[in-house]
Amino acid sequence: MPEVTPLPLSGYVVDVRYVGGVPTFVTGDGAVALGTAGRVVRPHAGGILAATLAADGKSLVTGGDDGKVMRTTADGDSTLLAERGRKWIDVVAAGPGGAIAFASGRTVVAIDGSGKTHELERPRAALGLAFFPKGLRLAIAGYNGAGLWFPGTAAPVQELEWKGSHIAVTVSPDGASVVTSMQEMALHGWRLRDGQNMRMSGYPAKVKSMSWSVKGRYLATSGAGVSVLWPFFHKDGPMGQRPLELGGRQELVTRVACHPSEEIAALGYDDGMILLSRFADREEVLLARPNGSPVSALAWSGNGLELAFGCESGAAGLIDLTA
Amino acid sequence: MSAPAAAPSIPVTILTGYLGAGKTTLLNRILTEDHGKRYAVIVNEFGEIGIDNDLVIDTDEEVFEMNNGCICCTVRGDLIRVVENLAKRRGSFDAILVETTGVADPVPVAQTFFMDEEVRKLARLDAVVTLVDAKFFLDRLGDAPEAEDQVAFADVILLNKTDLVGPDELAEVEATLHQLNPYAKVYKTTRSAVDLDKILDRGAFDLDRVLELDPSFLDADEHDHDHVCGPDCDHDHRHHDHDHDHDHHHGHETHHDTEITSVSLRGGELNPDKILSWISEVTQTQGPDILRLKGILAFPDEPKRYVVQGIHMIVEGDLQRDWKPGEPRESRLVFIGRHLDKAALEAGFKAAAV
Repeated sequence: MPEVTPLPLSGYVVDVRYVGGVPTFVTGDGAVALGTAGRVVRPHAGGILAATLAADGKSLVTGGDDGKVMRTTADGDSTLLAERGRKWIDVVAAGPGGAIAFASGRTVVAIDGSGKTHELERPRAALGLAFFPKGLRLAIAGYNGAGLWFPGTAAPVQELEWKGSHIAVTVSPDGASVVTSMQEMALHGWRLRDGQNMRMSGYPAKVKSMSWSVKGRYLATSGAGVSVLWPFFHKDGPMGQRPLELGGRQELVTRVACHPSEEIAALGYDDGMILLSRFADREEVLLARPNGSPVSALAWSGNGLELAFGCESGAAGLIDLTA
Repeated sequence: MSAPAAAPSIPVTILTGYLGAGKTTLLNRILTEDHGKRYAVIVNEFGEIGIDNDLVIDTDEEVFEMNNGCICCTVRGDLIRVVENLAKRRGSFDAILVETTGVADPVPVAQTFFMDEEVRKLARLDAVVTLVDAKFFLDRLGDAPEAEDQVAFADVILLNKTDLVGPDELAEVEATLHQLNPYAKVYKTTRSAVDLDKILDRGAFDLDRVLELDPSFLDADEHDHDHVCGPDCDHDHRHHDHDHDHDHHHGHETHHDTEITSVSLRGGELNPDKILSWISEVTQTQGPDILRLKGILAFPDEPKRYVVQGIHMIVEGDLQRDWKPGEPRESRLVFIGRHLDKAALEAGFKAAAV
């Protein structure tokens, strides 16, 4: 079994990211733990609800229950990006050219790379945000579909409609498909060139984690006793194709993270176990034994040789795959 | 449904009631009094609470219809979001209180705690507490259908501002409350002054106590509508008797014209397959009319009591504590709702007897 360096934390691990190459853990009680030396900064007055990595990989963007959006670098310096009074900021996204976005209730705010703020009021709450890989375009998930917005332009929001509540969104790396996760325990996708709907259902739980494999060939997902990977390399995308299933167990997969350069995925489970699984032959390697607490965060280092993980209980650590 | 997570679930109290009934006063007491518990309070109108507390959460009410073909399966999307976020701060609070606006339907709020798996893992509904303004309640019933539903849906009712009405008027309000919901515990208060432990963390939704009713109380709808006190009524009996006599003078003229009724069913041991499929059938066909359903059922050769509860089409049940030695193995089931067909419900229930 690969070597695990435990780094226990004080609270629920909301996310983990490699910031300027440094594994950086974010906890619900407000801590940002940088690296392995136990350095902790607290950019927010209270807890942290959401985090993402800036597109250049050099800073972490966090939203808190203090109504603030903060940027924190690997050396622990924090700057205020935006402030929205008492509202909780529980959705953040980062896009190309240094753009960031966040949502609070029905309001979506995008700050472009030059620092200019653009605001959009949606008819219902914005539940998920994702930037397109190029340009300044934002997908916004919400009730009865997703909206595609070009911040800073007068163009109307393009509405992708599908009945139900869409709680998260991701855009394929080629920008051709938008996929949402639904309250009704299914994924829904739209192929943008012709508006074709894609329905991906059969999950016993909500899909809380989605990760695109290298070159966007598969979308790996949590929410079942296996990780379901939908193929996007066929002409018609995943429709009519059997998805790949990895890491079948009795326990629910709670987090997935596809490797940055190989067709391999790290799978975190409801009982804290972490498995590595290869797409080609479904070969598995045990990375962490069950610890009783759901895996809530997973991230690969840029070179794909180290995996950082965190759990709801605050259990966290680094797994060295060169060993 | 799936088994709950190992961590103990956090009790949730839903506080409802029409504008001006005293909710803000009560909320402020819960936030400031030293009762040893830290409450995360979810409100829709932040401005009303003049207290700076990082556990007061302001959300925009977002009612979502579940896209699952069930017409009454509505949930509060904003609550799902807040509760999932609160899960990340577990340990910083002990209980959750959800305030609904006066005109809000409490049903989607309650259903949220049954229909969303993530929410169910963290939290369990403890009680629906409804505040009623003694002076204006009867007027509200005439112009606001939500007021009637809020009472019919309650586990605990605070009949507030009792100092603003005379004894006759108060008795009329009490009789109307009882008519709409004979199974709720009623506390008469002024300025929302009630011991907080009477309304918080009561386990009322778990039913283990609600149906442990005085048998005469369960049969209340067979008698005149004169009882008002709840199952473990705290009033002294002389006072109670006084109300009793007093109401007789007024008789039926106090009756509020409503479609809401309750049906109470009692019997011995039941065939589990028959009764559960019957309950499922009734709720599937009459779900929109059923506001609440609560019951304790006895099954042959089963040492534990089966506890069932429902809201509209959502029904949940599981085996809870053992029947105590000497406790009569009796099945009880109550429905509160509109257009209930008492004879049909009685017949269906009886057909499941062993």
